[in-house]
Amino acid sequence: MRKITLWLMSTLSALVLLFSYPTSRNATASSAVAAAAPTTTESSSGTTDSTDSATSQSPTGSATTDDTSSDATTESSTPGSSSTSSSSSDSSSSDAGTQTYAGDAVNTQWGLVQVQITVENGKITKSEVLQVPWSNHKDQEINSYAVPILNQETVDAQNSSIDMVSGATVTSVGYIQSLQSAIDQAHLS
Amino acid sequence: MTTTTLPLPTRPGPRAARAAQPAQPIQRRAFVEFIMGMPISLHVKAIDTSRTDIDQAAGNVFATLRKVDEVFSLWRADSELRRLQAGAVLAGECHPWQAEVLELCLGAEERTGGLFTAWRAAPGEVPAYDPTGVVKGWAIEQAAALLRLVPGISFCLNAGGDMVVGFGTGMRGVAPSWSIGIEDPHQAGRIAATAEVVEGAVATSGTAARGSHIADPRTGEAVSRSGSATVVGPDLVWADVWATAAFVDPAAVRDLMTERAPESSLTVL
Repeated sequence: MRKITLWLMSTLSALVLLFSYPTSRNATASSAVAAAAPTTTESSSGTTDSTDSATSQSPTGSATTDDTSSDATTESSTPGSSSTSSSSSDSSSSDAGTQTYAGDAVNTQWGLVQVQITVENGKITKSEVLQVPWSNHKDQEINSYAVPILNQETVDAQNSSIDMVSGATVTSVGYIQSLQSAIDQAHLS
Repeated sequence: MTTTTLPLPTRPGPRAARAAQPAQPIQRRAFVEFIMGMPISLHVKAIDTSRTDIDQAAGNVFATLRKVDEVFSLWRADSELRRLQAGAVLAGECHPWQAEVLELCLGAEERTGGLFTAWRAAPGEVPAYDPTGVVKGWAIEQAAALLRLVPGISFCLNAGGDMVVGFGTGMRGVAPSWSIGIEDPHQAGRIAATAEVVEGAVATSGTAARGSHIADPRTGEAVSRSGSATVVGPDLVWADVWATAAFVDPAAVRDLMTERAPESSLTVL
Protein backbone atom coordinates (compact mmCIF):
# COMPACT_ATOMS: atom_id res chain seq x y z
CA MET A 1 0.00 0.00 0.00
CA ARG A 2 2.76 2.37 0.95
CA LYS A 3 4.58 1.45 -2.24
CA ILE A 4 1.55 2.32 -4.30
CA THR A 5 1.19 5.66 -2.58
CA LEU A 6 4.85 6.38 -3.10
CA TRP A 7 4.63 5.42 -6.74
CA LEU A 8 1.52 7.56 -7.22
CA MET A 9 3.12 10.53 -5.58
CA SER A 10 6.26 10.26 -7.63
CA THR A 11 4.29 9.93 -10.88
CA LEU A 12 2.24 12.95 -9.93
CA SER A 13 5.20 15.05 -9.02
CA ALA A 14 6.95 14.04 -12.24
CA LEU A 15 3.89 15.15 -14.17
CA VAL A 16 3.74 18.40 -12.28
CA LEU A 17 7.39 19.01 -13.05
CA LEU A 18 6.89 18.29 -16.73
CA PHE A 19 3.94 20.60 -17.01
CA SER A 20 5.37 23.32 -14.92
CA TYR A 21 7.97 24.24 -17.50
CA PRO A 22 7.11 27.78 -18.49
CA THR A 23 5.85 27.73 -22.06
CA SER A 24 6.17 31.41 -22.58
CA ARG A 25 9.51 32.82 -23.27
CA ASN A 26 10.20 36.15 -21.73
CA ALA A 27 8.94 39.13 -23.64
CA THR A 28 12.26 40.47 -24.79
CA ALA A 29 13.37 37.17 -26.25
CA SER A 30 10.21 36.62 -28.21
CA SER A 31 9.98 40.08 -29.62
CA ALA A 32 13.53 39.71 -30.80
CA VAL A 33 12.53 36.49 -32.51
CA ALA A 34 9.50 38.11 -34.06
CA ALA A 35 11.52 40.97 -35.44
CA ALA A 36 14.44 38.94 -36.69
CA ALA A 37 12.69 36.01 -38.24
CA PRO A 38 8.96 36.30 -38.68
CA THR A 39 7.41 32.93 -38.09
CA THR A 40 4.32 31.32 -39.49
CA THR A 41 0.91 31.87 -38.07
CA GLU A 42 1.03 28.49 -36.40
CA SER A 43 4.31 28.86 -34.72
CA SER A 44 3.68 32.41 -33.73
CA SER A 45 0.52 31.30 -32.09
CA GLY A 46 2.63 28.69 -30.38
CA THR A 47 4.46 31.40 -28.54
CA THR A 48 1.51 33.62 -28.18
CA ASP A 49 1.30 34.37 -24.58
CA SER A 50 4.15 36.68 -25.30
CA THR A 51 2.92 38.03 -28.63
CA ASP A 52 0.92 40.74 -26.97
CA SER A 53 4.11 42.41 -26.03
CA ALA A 54 5.79 41.39 -29.26
CA THR A 55 3.13 42.90 -31.46
CA SER A 56 2.91 46.07 -29.53
CA GLN A 57 6.61 46.52 -29.92
CA SER A 58 7.08 45.67 -33.55
CA PRO A 59 4.92 47.62 -35.98
CA THR A 60 4.97 44.90 -38.64
CA GLY A 61 3.81 42.04 -36.47
CA SER A 62 0.18 42.66 -37.05
CA ALA A 63 -2.64 40.81 -35.41
CA THR A 64 -1.68 37.45 -34.10
CA THR A 65 -3.02 37.93 -30.64
CA ASP A 66 -5.82 35.90 -29.13
CA ASP A 67 -8.44 38.53 -29.59
CA THR A 68 -7.87 39.31 -33.22
CA SER A 69 -7.58 35.74 -34.33
CA SER A 70 -10.77 34.74 -32.62
CA ASP A 71 -12.48 37.72 -34.19
CA ALA A 72 -11.25 36.53 -37.53
CA THR A 73 -12.70 33.18 -36.65
CA THR A 74 -16.20 34.36 -36.22
CA GLU A 75 -16.06 36.69 -39.14
CA SER A 76 -14.49 34.37 -41.59
CA SER A 77 -16.29 31.19 -40.73
CA THR A 78 -19.56 32.78 -41.74
CA PRO A 79 -19.64 32.72 -45.51
CA GLY A 80 -20.13 36.16 -46.93
CA SER A 81 -19.69 38.06 -43.73
CA SER A 82 -17.08 40.48 -44.93
CA SER A 83 -18.19 42.99 -47.47
CA THR A 84 -15.98 41.65 -50.22
CA SER A 85 -16.97 38.07 -49.92
CA SER A 86 -20.67 38.71 -49.62
CA SER A 87 -20.76 40.87 -52.69
CA SER A 88 -18.67 38.47 -54.71
CA SER A 89 -20.20 35.18 -53.79
CA ASP A 90 -23.75 36.31 -54.38
CA SER A 91 -23.44 38.81 -57.17
CA SER A 92 -21.83 37.09 -60.08
CA SER A 93 -24.13 34.22 -60.81
CA SER A 94 -24.83 35.92 -64.12
CA ASP A 95 -23.69 33.24 -66.54
CA ALA A 96 -25.15 29.81 -66.30
CA GLY A 97 -22.10 27.89 -65.10
CA THR A 98 -19.95 30.75 -63.78
CA GLN A 99 -19.63 31.56 -60.12
CA THR A 100 -17.10 33.39 -58.01
CA TYR A 101 -16.17 32.46 -54.49
CA ALA A 102 -14.20 34.64 -52.14
CA GLY A 103 -12.06 32.77 -49.69
CA ASP A 104 -11.89 33.77 -46.06
CA ALA A 105 -9.72 36.73 -45.29
CA VAL A 106 -6.92 34.88 -43.54
CA ASN A 107 -5.18 36.69 -40.75
CA THR A 108 -1.44 36.27 -41.11
CA GLN A 109 1.30 37.83 -39.14
CA TRP A 110 1.73 40.39 -41.87
CA GLY A 111 -1.94 41.25 -42.38
CA LEU A 112 -5.01 39.94 -44.14
CA VAL A 113 -4.80 37.79 -47.25
CA GLN A 114 -7.91 37.07 -49.27
CA VAL A 115 -8.28 35.14 -52.50
CA GLN A 116 -11.21 34.93 -54.88
CA ILE A 117 -11.75 32.21 -57.46
CA THR A 118 -13.96 32.02 -60.50
CA VAL A 119 -15.45 28.63 -61.23
CA GLU A 120 -16.82 27.77 -64.64
CA ASN A 121 -18.54 24.43 -65.05
CA GLY A 122 -16.81 23.04 -62.00
CA LYS A 123 -13.31 24.22 -62.98
CA ILE A 124 -11.36 27.15 -61.60
CA THR A 125 -10.68 29.51 -64.49
CA LYS A 126 -9.33 32.45 -62.57
CA SER A 127 -8.08 33.34 -59.16
CA GLU A 128 -7.33 36.78 -57.89
CA VAL A 129 -6.05 38.24 -54.70
CA LEU A 130 -8.49 40.66 -53.11
CA GLN A 131 -6.33 41.61 -50.14
CA VAL A 132 -2.63 41.34 -49.51
CA PRO A 133 -0.55 42.84 -46.75
CA TRP A 134 1.48 45.83 -47.89
CA SER A 135 2.69 46.86 -44.51
CA ASN A 136 6.39 47.11 -45.27
CA HIS A 137 8.95 46.95 -48.04
CA LYS A 138 9.73 43.30 -47.51
CA ASP A 139 6.08 42.46 -48.06
CA GLN A 140 5.91 44.50 -51.21
CA GLU A 141 8.93 42.74 -52.54
CA ILE A 142 7.52 39.31 -51.84
CA ASN A 143 3.99 40.05 -52.89
CA SER A 144 4.96 41.66 -56.15
CA TYR A 145 6.44 38.44 -57.40
CA ALA A 146 4.44 35.96 -55.40
CA VAL A 147 0.96 37.12 -56.22
CA PRO A 148 0.97 36.92 -60.02
CA ILE A 149 2.58 33.49 -59.86
CA LEU A 150 0.08 32.37 -57.29
CA ASN A 151 -2.79 33.50 -59.44
CA GLN A 152 -1.56 31.54 -62.43
CA GLU A 153 -0.69 28.49 -60.42
CA THR A 154 -4.09 28.12 -58.87
CA VAL A 155 -5.48 27.70 -62.32
CA ASP A 156 -2.75 25.24 -63.26
CA ALA A 157 -3.25 23.31 -60.08
CA GLN A 158 -6.94 23.01 -60.69
CA ASN A 159 -6.35 21.88 -64.24
CA SER A 160 -4.71 18.83 -62.84
CA SER A 161 -7.72 18.61 -60.50
CA ILE A 162 -6.20 18.99 -57.07
CA ASP A 163 -8.53 18.15 -54.19
CA MET A 164 -6.47 19.63 -51.38
CA VAL A 165 -3.23 21.50 -50.89
CA SER A 166 -0.44 20.48 -48.52
CA GLY A 167 2.23 23.03 -47.87
CA ALA A 168 4.17 24.97 -45.35
CA THR A 169 5.54 27.83 -47.37
CA VAL A 170 5.54 30.73 -45.05
CA THR A 171 5.18 33.33 -47.75
CA SER A 172 1.99 31.93 -49.12
CA VAL A 173 0.50 30.34 -46.06
CA GLY A 174 -2.21 32.96 -45.96
CA TYR A 175 -2.76 32.61 -49.66
CA ILE A 176 -3.02 28.84 -49.51
CA GLN A 177 -5.45 29.03 -46.62
CA SER A 178 -7.62 31.58 -48.32
CA LEU A 179 -7.45 29.64 -51.58
CA GLN A 180 -8.40 26.45 -49.78
CA SER A 181 -11.34 28.21 -48.22
CA ALA A 182 -12.46 29.49 -51.63
CA ILE A 183 -12.29 25.91 -52.93
CA ASP A 184 -14.21 24.88 -49.84
CA GLN A 185 -16.90 27.40 -50.56
CA ALA A 186 -17.24 26.21 -54.11
CA HIS A 187 -18.21 22.84 -52.65
CA LEU A 188 -20.39 24.16 -49.84
CA SER A 189 -23.97 23.69 -50.76
CA MET B 1 -14.22 12.63 -22.72
CA THR B 2 -16.50 12.49 -25.72
CA THR B 3 -18.53 9.38 -26.10
CA THR B 4 -19.57 8.25 -29.50
CA THR B 5 -22.61 6.19 -30.15
CA LEU B 6 -21.92 3.69 -32.85
CA PRO B 7 -24.48 3.82 -35.61
CA LEU B 8 -26.30 0.56 -36.23
CA PRO B 9 -25.00 -1.13 -39.36
CA THR B 10 -27.80 -0.31 -41.72
CA ARG B 11 -25.33 0.16 -44.56
CA PRO B 12 -25.26 -1.96 -47.66
CA GLY B 13 -22.48 -4.54 -47.75
CA PRO B 14 -19.37 -3.97 -49.82
CA ARG B 15 -20.79 -5.99 -52.65
CA ALA B 16 -23.93 -3.88 -52.79
CA ALA B 17 -21.87 -0.68 -52.66
CA ARG B 18 -19.70 -1.89 -55.51
CA ALA B 19 -22.71 -2.72 -57.59
CA ALA B 20 -24.45 0.55 -56.83
CA GLN B 21 -21.53 2.81 -57.48
CA PRO B 22 -21.23 3.14 -61.25
CA ALA B 23 -24.89 4.05 -61.53
CA GLN B 24 -24.85 7.16 -59.33
CA PRO B 25 -22.53 10.14 -59.56
CA ILE B 26 -20.46 10.95 -56.48
CA GLN B 27 -21.26 14.22 -54.75
CA ARG B 28 -18.75 16.27 -52.86
CA ARG B 29 -19.41 18.60 -49.96
CA ALA B 30 -17.18 20.80 -47.81
CA PHE B 31 -17.47 21.94 -44.22
CA VAL B 32 -15.13 24.60 -42.85
CA GLU B 33 -14.53 25.99 -39.40
CA PHE B 34 -11.75 28.06 -37.93
CA ILE B 35 -10.37 26.17 -34.91
CA MET B 36 -6.93 25.92 -33.28
CA GLY B 37 -5.86 29.08 -35.06
CA MET B 38 -6.37 27.69 -38.56
CA PRO B 39 -9.13 26.87 -41.00
CA ILE B 40 -10.11 23.21 -40.76
CA SER B 41 -11.75 21.92 -43.90
CA LEU B 42 -13.59 18.67 -44.13
CA HIS B 43 -14.46 17.44 -47.61
CA VAL B 44 -16.78 14.49 -47.99
CA LYS B 45 -17.49 12.43 -51.09
CA ALA B 46 -20.62 10.29 -51.09
CA ILE B 47 -23.51 9.36 -53.31
CA ASP B 48 -25.74 11.66 -51.26
CA THR B 49 -23.80 14.20 -49.21
CA SER B 50 -26.92 15.86 -47.80
CA ARG B 51 -27.55 12.93 -45.44
CA THR B 52 -28.20 14.00 -41.85
CA ASP B 53 -25.72 11.49 -40.43
CA ILE B 54 -22.97 13.22 -42.45
CA ASP B 55 -24.03 16.57 -41.01
CA GLN B 56 -23.97 15.09 -37.56
CA ALA B 57 -20.54 13.51 -38.03
CA ALA B 58 -19.16 16.82 -39.34
CA GLY B 59 -20.57 18.55 -36.28
CA ASN B 60 -18.89 15.98 -34.03
CA VAL B 61 -15.59 16.43 -35.86
CA PHE B 62 -15.55 20.16 -35.18
CA ALA B 63 -16.80 19.69 -31.61
CA THR B 64 -13.92 17.30 -30.96
CA LEU B 65 -11.39 19.76 -32.34
CA ARG B 66 -12.83 22.59 -30.27
CA LYS B 67 -12.54 20.42 -27.19
CA VAL B 68 -8.92 19.62 -28.04
CA ASP B 69 -8.28 23.33 -28.37
CA GLU B 70 -9.81 23.95 -24.94
CA VAL B 71 -7.51 21.35 -23.44
CA PHE B 72 -4.24 21.99 -25.29
CA SER B 73 -4.17 25.50 -26.71
CA LEU B 74 -1.05 27.36 -25.71
CA TRP B 75 -2.38 30.66 -26.94
CA ARG B 76 -5.56 30.62 -24.92
CA ALA B 77 -4.90 31.56 -21.31
CA ASP B 78 -7.98 29.57 -20.22
CA SER B 79 -6.88 26.26 -21.77
CA GLU B 80 -6.26 23.38 -19.42
CA LEU B 81 -2.61 23.12 -20.41
CA ARG B 82 -2.01 26.79 -19.71
CA ARG B 83 -3.77 26.48 -16.35
CA LEU B 84 -1.70 23.38 -15.59
CA GLN B 85 1.45 25.31 -16.34
CA ALA B 86 0.23 28.18 -14.22
CA GLY B 87 -0.46 25.77 -11.38
CA ALA B 88 -4.20 26.41 -11.39
CA VAL B 89 -5.02 22.77 -12.15
CA LEU B 90 -3.35 19.81 -10.53
CA ALA B 91 -1.82 17.19 -12.80
CA GLY B 92 -3.96 14.53 -11.18
CA GLU B 93 -7.13 16.42 -12.04
CA CYS B 94 -6.45 17.05 -15.70
CA HIS B 95 -7.99 15.52 -18.79
CA PRO B 96 -6.69 12.01 -19.62
CA TRP B 97 -5.70 13.39 -23.04
CA GLN B 98 -2.83 15.20 -21.34
CA ALA B 99 -1.13 11.95 -20.40
CA GLU B 100 -1.84 10.43 -23.81
CA VAL B 101 -0.27 13.36 -25.64
CA LEU B 102 2.64 13.60 -23.24
CA GLU B 103 3.43 9.96 -23.94
CA LEU B 104 3.26 10.59 -27.70
CA CYS B 105 5.63 13.54 -27.30
CA LEU B 106 8.15 11.43 -25.42
CA GLY B 107 7.77 8.61 -27.95
CA ALA B 108 8.25 11.02 -30.86
CA GLU B 109 11.47 12.34 -29.41
CA GLU B 110 12.79 8.84 -28.90
CA ARG B 111 11.69 7.50 -32.27
CA THR B 112 13.26 10.39 -34.19
CA GLY B 113 16.49 10.18 -32.25
CA GLY B 114 15.88 13.61 -30.78
CA LEU B 115 15.30 15.33 -34.13
CA PHE B 116 11.76 16.09 -33.01
CA THR B 117 11.07 17.45 -29.57
CA ALA B 118 8.11 18.88 -27.71
CA TRP B 119 10.41 20.76 -25.37
CA ARG B 120 11.43 23.95 -27.05
CA ALA B 121 14.66 25.41 -25.87
CA ALA B 122 16.20 28.46 -27.39
CA PRO B 123 19.87 28.79 -26.47
CA GLY B 124 20.19 29.78 -22.84
CA GLU B 125 16.56 29.19 -21.99
CA VAL B 126 14.74 26.68 -19.84
CA PRO B 127 12.99 24.13 -22.10
CA ALA B 128 9.28 24.81 -22.46
CA TYR B 129 6.75 22.03 -22.97
CA ASP B 130 4.98 22.71 -26.27
CA PRO B 131 3.05 19.67 -27.53
CA THR B 132 1.55 21.66 -30.45
CA GLY B 133 3.53 19.66 -33.03
CA VAL B 134 1.92 16.44 -31.85
CA VAL B 135 -1.50 17.76 -30.82
CA LYS B 136 -2.50 18.90 -34.30
CA GLY B 137 -2.00 15.49 -35.92
CA TRP B 138 -3.40 13.68 -32.93
CA ALA B 139 -6.52 15.87 -32.88
CA ILE B 140 -7.17 15.36 -36.58
CA GLU B 141 -6.79 11.60 -36.16
CA GLN B 142 -9.23 11.65 -33.21
CA ALA B 143 -11.73 13.54 -35.34
CA ALA B 144 -11.15 11.35 -38.40
CA ALA B 145 -11.94 8.27 -36.30
CA LEU B 146 -15.52 9.58 -36.04
CA LEU B 147 -15.76 9.79 -39.82
CA ARG B 148 -14.59 6.20 -40.26
CA LEU B 149 -17.88 5.13 -38.63
CA VAL B 150 -20.06 6.85 -41.21
CA PRO B 151 -21.29 4.44 -43.88
CA GLY B 152 -20.58 5.05 -47.55
CA ILE B 153 -18.37 8.13 -47.39
CA SER B 154 -14.85 9.08 -48.34
CA PHE B 155 -13.31 12.07 -46.60
CA CYS B 156 -10.35 14.41 -46.41
CA LEU B 157 -9.87 16.40 -43.22
CA ASN B 158 -7.36 19.20 -43.75
CA ALA B 159 -5.91 21.32 -40.96
CA GLY B 160 -3.77 24.09 -42.35
CA GLY B 161 -2.05 21.94 -44.96
CA ASP B 162 -1.76 18.70 -43.00
CA MET B 163 -4.48 16.18 -43.60
CA VAL B 164 -6.02 12.78 -43.06
CA VAL B 165 -7.71 10.98 -45.95
CA GLY B 166 -9.96 8.03 -45.26
CA PHE B 167 -13.32 6.40 -45.71
CA GLY B 168 -16.29 5.20 -43.74
CA THR B 169 -17.72 1.74 -43.35
CA GLY B 170 -18.46 -0.36 -46.39
CA MET B 171 -16.02 1.56 -48.58
CA ARG B 172 -12.87 -0.54 -48.37
CA GLY B 173 -11.75 -1.26 -51.89
CA VAL B 174 -14.26 1.11 -53.47
CA ALA B 175 -13.31 4.44 -51.89
CA PRO B 176 -12.17 7.09 -54.38
CA SER B 177 -8.69 8.58 -54.11
CA TRP B 178 -7.90 12.21 -53.37
CA SER B 179 -5.31 14.26 -55.25
CA ILE B 180 -3.20 16.13 -52.77
CA GLY B 181 -1.12 18.92 -54.28
CA ILE B 182 2.18 19.48 -52.54
CA GLU B 183 3.19 23.07 -52.62
CA ASP B 184 6.59 24.02 -54.06
CA PRO B 185 8.47 25.67 -51.22
CA HIS B 186 10.82 27.45 -53.60
CA GLN B 187 8.16 29.05 -55.75
CA ALA B 188 5.22 30.23 -53.75
CA GLY B 189 1.90 28.79 -54.79
CA ARG B 190 3.25 26.38 -57.40
CA ILE B 191 2.30 22.76 -56.99
CA ALA B 192 5.52 20.73 -57.10
CA ALA B 193 4.07 17.25 -56.79
CA THR B 194 0.82 15.45 -56.22
CA ALA B 195 0.02 12.45 -54.11
CA GLU B 196 -2.95 10.18 -54.77
CA VAL B 197 -4.25 9.02 -51.42
CA VAL B 198 -7.16 6.70 -50.65
CA GLU B 199 -6.36 6.23 -46.98
CA GLY B 200 -3.57 7.86 -45.00
CA ALA B 201 -2.05 11.12 -43.92
CA VAL B 202 -0.09 13.88 -45.62
CA ALA B 203 2.01 16.35 -43.62
CA THR B 204 4.36 19.06 -44.81
CA SER B 205 6.86 20.96 -42.69
CA GLY B 206 9.13 23.64 -43.88
CA THR B 207 9.74 27.22 -44.58
CA ALA B 208 10.69 29.60 -47.32
CA ALA B 209 11.48 33.22 -47.89
CA ARG B 210 10.16 34.42 -44.56
CA GLY B 211 12.66 32.53 -42.44
CA SER B 212 12.37 29.43 -40.40
CA HIS B 213 9.98 28.62 -37.60
CA ILE B 214 11.39 25.16 -36.94
CA ALA B 215 14.21 24.90 -34.45
CA ASP B 216 16.88 22.22 -34.50
CA PRO B 217 16.44 20.43 -31.15
CA ARG B 218 20.15 19.67 -31.06
CA THR B 219 21.17 23.32 -31.07
CA GLY B 220 17.99 25.24 -30.30
CA GLU B 221 18.72 27.42 -33.33
CA ALA B 222 16.23 27.94 -36.14
CA VAL B 223 16.85 25.74 -39.18
CA SER B 224 18.45 28.05 -41.71
CA ARG B 225 17.82 26.25 -45.01
CA SER B 226 14.68 26.75 -47.05
CA GLY B 227 12.53 24.06 -48.55
CA SER B 228 10.06 21.58 -47.17
CA ALA B 229 9.64 17.96 -46.21
CA THR B 230 6.43 16.07 -46.93
CA VAL B 231 5.57 12.71 -45.46
CA VAL B 232 2.76 10.48 -46.70
CA GLY B 233 2.03 7.75 -44.21
CA PRO B 234 -0.64 5.84 -42.34
CA ASP B 235 -1.04 8.23 -39.39
CA LEU B 236 -0.96 12.02 -39.17
CA VAL B 237 0.77 12.21 -35.79
CA TRP B 238 3.76 10.35 -37.16
CA ALA B 239 3.63 11.88 -40.63
CA ASP B 240 3.81 15.29 -38.97
CA VAL B 241 6.56 14.28 -36.55
CA TRP B 242 8.68 12.74 -39.33
CA ALA B 243 8.10 15.71 -41.64
CA THR B 244 9.26 18.13 -38.96
CA ALA B 245 12.29 15.98 -38.13
CA ALA B 246 13.10 15.53 -41.83
CA PHE B 247 13.13 19.25 -42.34
CA VAL B 248 15.76 19.52 -39.62
CA ASP B 249 17.98 16.73 -40.98
CA PRO B 250 16.71 15.10 -44.20
CA ALA B 251 19.55 12.60 -44.61
CA ALA B 252 19.42 11.29 -41.06
CA VAL B 253 15.65 11.00 -41.11
CA ARG B 254 15.61 9.21 -44.45
CA ASP B 255 17.76 6.50 -42.85
CA LEU B 256 15.70 6.43 -39.67
CA MET B 257 12.46 6.18 -41.61
CA THR B 258 13.64 3.22 -43.69
CA GLU B 259 14.17 1.43 -40.44
CA ARG B 260 11.39 2.77 -38.21
CA ALA B 261 8.65 3.94 -40.56
CA PRO B 262 9.06 1.85 -43.72
CA GLU B 263 5.38 2.29 -44.61
CA SER B 264 5.76 6.07 -44.97
CA SER B 265 7.28 7.97 -47.86
CA LEU B 266 9.36 11.11 -47.58
CA THR B 267 9.62 13.86 -50.18
CA VAL B 268 12.15 16.60 -49.59
CA LEU B 269 11.78 19.68 -51.78
